[in-house]
Amino acid sequence: MTLIIEAVILGILTGSVYALMSSGLTLIFGVMDIINIAQGILVILGAYLSYTLETYLHIDIILGLLVTIPALFLLGMGIEWAFMRRIRRDRVMISILVTFAVALVIEGLLNFVFSANYVQLQAPYIDASIPVFGFYLPYIYVFAFFLSVILLTLLYLLVYRTKFGFALRASMQDRTAASLIGVDVEGVQTITFGIGVALAAAGGMVFGATNPFNAATSYDLISRLLVIIVLGGMGSLRGALFASFVMLVISDVTDVVWSPVWSSTVFFALLIVLLLFRPQGLLGRLEGRKQ
Amino acid sequence: MKKFRTLGLLALLALLLAFPLLFPDPAVTTIAVFTLLYAGAATAWNLFSGYTGYVSLGHAVFYGVGGYALALLCQDWHIQGGYVPLLLLPLVGLIASVFAIPLGWIALRARRHVFVVVTIAMFYIFQLLAYNLPGITSGSQGVFFPNPPWDAAFFNTPFYYTSLIVLLLSIGASWWVRNSKYGLGLLAIRDDEDRALSLGVKTGAFKLVAYVISAFFVGMVGALVGYFVGSLYPVFAFTPVFDITVALMAFLGGIATLAGPLVGALLLAPLQQYLTVQLGIVGLDLILFGALLLAVILLLPEGIVPTVRKRWVKCTASRSATSPVTGARGKEKALLIEGRRGGKG
Amino acid sequence: MGILEAQNVSKAFGGIHALAACTISVEQGSIAGLIGPNGSGKTTLFNVITGYERQDAGSIRFNGTSITNATPDRVFALGVGRTFQITRIFPRLTVLENMHVAVQRKGAKGLFGRWSSSHEQRQALELLNFVGIIELKDMQAGNLSYGQKKLLEFAFILIAQPRVILLDEPAGGINPTMINHLAGRIRTLNELGVTFLVVEHNMEFVMGLCDRVMVLHRGTKIAEGSPQEVRNNPVVLEAYLGD
Repeated sequence: MTLIIEAVILGILTGSVYALMSSGLTLIFGVMDIINIAQGILVILGAYLSYTLETYLHIDIILGLLVTIPALFLLGMGIEWAFMRRIRRDRVMISILVTFAVALVIEGLLNFVFSANYVQLQAPYIDASIPVFGFYLPYIYVFAFFLSVILLTLLYLLVYRTKFGFALRASMQDRTAASLIGVDVEGVQTITFGIGVALAAAGGMVFGATNPFNAATSYDLISRLLVIIVLGGMGSLRGALFASFVMLVISDVTDVVWSPVWSSTVFFALLIVLLLFRPQGLLGRLEGRKQ
Repeated sequence: MKKFRTLGLLALLALLLAFPLLFPDPAVTTIAVFTLLYAGAATAWNLFSGYTGYVSLGHAVFYGVGGYALALLCQDWHIQGGYVPLLLLPLVGLIASVFAIPLGWIALRARRHVFVVVTIAMFYIFQLLAYNLPGITSGSQGVFFPNPPWDAAFFNTPFYYTSLIVLLLSIGASWWVRNSKYGLGLLAIRDDEDRALSLGVKTGAFKLVAYVISAFFVGMVGALVGYFVGSLYPVFAFTPVFDITVALMAFLGGIATLAGPLVGALLLAPLQQYLTVQLGIVGLDLILFGALLLAVILLLPEGIVPTVRKRWVKCTASRSATSPVTGARGKEKALLIEGRRGGKG
Repeated sequence: MGILEAQNVSKAFGGIHALAACTISVEQGSIAGLIGPNGSGKTTLFNVITGYERQDAGSIRFNGTSITNATPDRVFALGVGRTFQITRIFPRLTVLENMHVAVQRKGAKGLFGRWSSSHEQRQALELLNFVGIIELKDMQAGNLSYGQKKLLEFAFILIAQPRVILLDEPAGGINPTMINHLAGRIRTLNELGVTFLVVEHNMEFVMGLCDRVMVLHRGTKIAEGSPQEVRNNPVVLEAYLGD
């Protein structure tokens, strides 16, 4: 029983990491109708950047965020400006292919620069554990949780309390109507993509600290992120959060109760099962959007 | 015009049949085999995803199922290497189709965006099952195909002709669908599914049938690749690269056209083989492939065949007396032949 | 008993009651008009009748048969066609191909044949001629003008010989010449026995074309009668001018 509780707690902690990574993905989809397949490799890129800063420049991984987040924000905006903006028709299919091509290029670069060896982010405080209610929680997981909570709160404030956030939500609901009331929809899209990728940077740091990774890890990662945003309802931030926690908790509990071998399978199978009953996901809406 | 087209197609067919005799170098025929197989897979993928507009990134499920099915059949029925496994291909295709029925039914309950993700999830489930059910699939140790007793010089030849047959059947199916009322329904679904439904088109059944047909051919391709290579591992049988490659070929050549996937495969398959073999270890192949694809997608958004067709129609608009629809289709074929003949010198 | 009947149909979207115990009846062989201020529930009623929305309560009957929860394809197969407020045609298919999408009441064996038999071709061309866009038959439908698209939409419903056609704002966004042309076509078809239910804001169009007019307001029918009667009905004027 204690094992299960521990698994639940761990699930919540790791769920926050996935929430951070998937929020960017669902945000991009919500505003731009684009499924950013490159999100997985961008997370890994963020992780590698943190790794480089820490290994070669001895910059602490938390401080390193001050560099990696803006860097990836700019990269995201660059990608949107160079590629996404050019997609005029067939957004669904073409955006998938374009983002996948971008992902391939980044993956190739990372493979080239870092080789296929697994690495993991290091920090002096990572291996310690904090005792909480009798459970020993690895410090890094707790830290990741708080970092995620802080960043997600900032995101929430941005989306719901600022003028930009208003423009963003308007663009999500109805692009045409938003532009009619003076929202610079294209600008919103560029910045949103940038934010989505910046979130990947943050997620990358916490992911990289808690998992060994290499460029190929991105495949598994993006698949899980996609499942999460579908379960939560594509475009819904709340959904992504909710689904992240639910999926990770179930996954970790299965790990403990059944076997580690099956927890991955259960992860994906859950999507199928859920869709049988609710094709729109846990919190999504059924019909397509107006534009 | 029609005579020219028929003659051209016959000439092309003759060339394809004679190819192994003209270029017996195994290195060349290996690339040819992969090209034919990818062309068949891309055509079949296009039959579903291109015509209906539902992007499937999980067809690797059927690729892997086909591969494992053939391997396990050979094991269980104690079949020796040689021609017999090739005769089992239709059965393998059927097995893949049977898998496609429930999978397609579930996946197609979702609309387009969610559908893509569902296909990815299904594919991952199969990959994981391949690893986690070692009793059936021998897990990460992989399965092995019986070794055909052919010498090195001859080895590729039966594979070449079988792949050609599979490709021709795939093209045949795609051609038949395209010209039937059923195919029109699929294209209507692609443009406006609800509108098609309001006109009596049974959209659910239509989509599922296309899905199952495409699975049939992709299954056969998977089995052939496995048999050709000699072994199958979960990571290669159920690989994410398969769907993206096939989708890119169809897209590059022109989605929802008949010749599109063929053109795409003809261009990309040899390139991919070359890059993987020459530069595989370093990661440069990925960079080049990705960059190339980005360039093409953004510069030729409709794909090669429709873009060329449009230019051709513009050039001959004053001369042509036939209507754009039929005339253009004939010209597209003629152009394809021209292009190939020109390429081979 | 009219050929198309909706009894006590209710439909709410969250807190908004789009339809509230709405009852209408369309007589066979008539051209019926359905008017009402914006938000009165006209398009929702169409959606419920044709199976695009599920009503919360009430029943729909076509020619005596219940079509209460029927799917759009079944409704069409029974003989009810409809157009949309914003024309929905198939932009990447040619005009002629658009004509052939509709399933004609024939059965599955039609599926395996070529997408257009000679008989179907003739029919399609006749109908394109009837609405007046035959010279555009090989053009990609997406390239048509708005008015031409409306005509195409009209034509491709006709190919399945529906008994009732629901027109959602057919006169919207097209010039007066086109409007008259369309009205003429509707009358011709009506003489051949097709029943129409027309939603429109263009009063002249409605008054000039319809035998009978029904008025919806806030999801329920508040008046009906001949165009003259409805035009002079104070309740109707109140609804339009009131809120």
